[in-house]
Amino acid sequence: MLDRAPQRAKDDVSAETRPVAFRGAGFVPGASRFGGWIALAVVIALWQLAGTARLVNPLFLPTPLAICRAIYQLAMSGALWQHLGYSLMRIGIGWLLGTAFGIAVGFAIGLSTLARSVGITFISALFPIPKIALLPLLILWLGIGEEPKIATIALGVFFSTAISVYSGVDAVPRNLIRMAQSFNVPFAAIVRRVIWPGALPSILAGFRITASVALLLVVSAEMIGAEYGIGAFVLQAGNLMQTDQLLAGVVILSLFGLAIGKLIGLLETRLLHWR
Amino acid sequence: MDLIADHISHCFGALEVLDDVSFTVRAGEVVAIVGPSGCGKSTLLSILGGLLQSSAGQAELRGAPPAGSLNPLTFVFQDFALLPWSTVEANVEFPLLHTPLSAAECRAQVDDALRRTGLTDFRATYPKQLSGGMRQRVGIARALAVRPAILLMDEPLSALDSQTRELLMEDFIRLLADGAMGAVYVTHNLEEAVRLADRIVVLSRRPGRVREVVTMPMTRSERGSAEWRGKLLAVQNDLWSLIRNEAIDAEREVQDA
Repeated sequence: MLDRAPQRAKDDVSAETRPVAFRGAGFVPGASRFGGWIALAVVIALWQLAGTARLVNPLFLPTPLAICRAIYQLAMSGALWQHLGYSLMRIGIGWLLGTAFGIAVGFAIGLSTLARSVGITFISALFPIPKIALLPLLILWLGIGEEPKIATIALGVFFSTAISVYSGVDAVPRNLIRMAQSFNVPFAAIVRRVIWPGALPSILAGFRITASVALLLVVSAEMIGAEYGIGAFVLQAGNLMQTDQLLAGVVILSLFGLAIGKLIGLLETRLLHWR
Repeated sequence: MDLIADHISHCFGALEVLDDVSFTVRAGEVVAIVGPSGCGKSTLLSILGGLLQSSAGQAELRGAPPAGSLNPLTFVFQDFALLPWSTVEANVEFPLLHTPLSAAECRAQVDDALRRTGLTDFRATYPKQLSGGMRQRVGIARALAVRPAILLMDEPLSALDSQTRELLMEDFIRLLADGAMGAVYVTHNLEEAVRLADRIVVLSRRPGRVREVVTMPMTRSERGSAEWRGKLLAVQNDLWSLIRNEAIDAEREVQDA
């Protein structure tokens, strides 16, 4: 028989009581939905006010309105689309090439002992080299056309992709692979149905990094040797002291980076919904 | 189909884990493997299931698997080993995708396995949405879908709370009741071993050797009755007395390491 004693909130003791102090606050940072946008709007407003009140020289820091006007004029003249088109073409081809080779090599390193022992040595040796430093050599090898710029971007993307892919393959829980083996699932099917989806979070995280790398390299490469492209445009504007145009190029690059981030975020939401 | 451990020994580098382990699991029989921590129970199961090559000796099969068995030796894992990106249904279907079954036959086997484990209403659910007990049910459904001859269960209840363990133990007893399927059940929990097994292989401390093979003196269906409970407890106590001192030594060894 269970002894069910009546429950009392407090014992009938006359001694004074005090609540236990709460000590668990903090260390759980939350993200406000509109906080960041409000802060950005405030900074832009202050910047505009400072410019309008002539507190800063517009030659060194044009107002946000002047930058917007410059973007509008660039768009209307067609120059924006021409520069943006070249940059997009270089990033697109370079990123796709680097990603395709990076995924192939990353999987080989993740799955093969021979590829791992050879590949990791090469990647460790070559990854730290700033890829833009190779552009002059690539120009010598490939000529002065689009090829060396695309190759520079592809190289930068390749190494980061290969590393994120083989790290992702390594991070796939071994128990899932053993489970598949215990059911006699063929090697190719294990790669396709277990390792690929298991490595995907790391691969997509790598895409975020390689998108930034590609953006950085396209601007650098265009500043070194290109007539068209956002990088070339920013450099020309700087040389002519057209700071509103220069910052218009920077804003376009920022928007481009944001758009890529958003696109990868959508991919993550769609492909990693199970997390 | 019988599963035979034939003089199995295994080393991990210089560490000797198993030494000359031999026993036979007969068709439809449930054999539990118990022993102190680190005695090589899970290693032995991996060798029996073909996931690890033994250093000496081997695992052997005798006789043909039952008709329709797609994977005669099928594991149920301690940590469930479910694909987190797949639904319950897709997890159960996973091992069938690489068999000669038609789509309709696959579907029928998945439906049957889900029904037997009470998961029919959860087929579109993802593993992260399930409790530990339900996840292990998915692992069991996946094993049942390939119609195994022998289930190789590696501490399948150890990651679960005691109430869920009790519920799943009842499921195991029910699933193994008709003797159509045998099992090798690795556990450190002696109560689980005496409730489920026909025979219990007691391994010694590392390197694991067969110290004793205990045959349960009553059928599984008898074990639920009150008159046998005392006897069951006595067997459990006998087993504990067999491994107690070695379990203490093993624990000290782990702490010293």
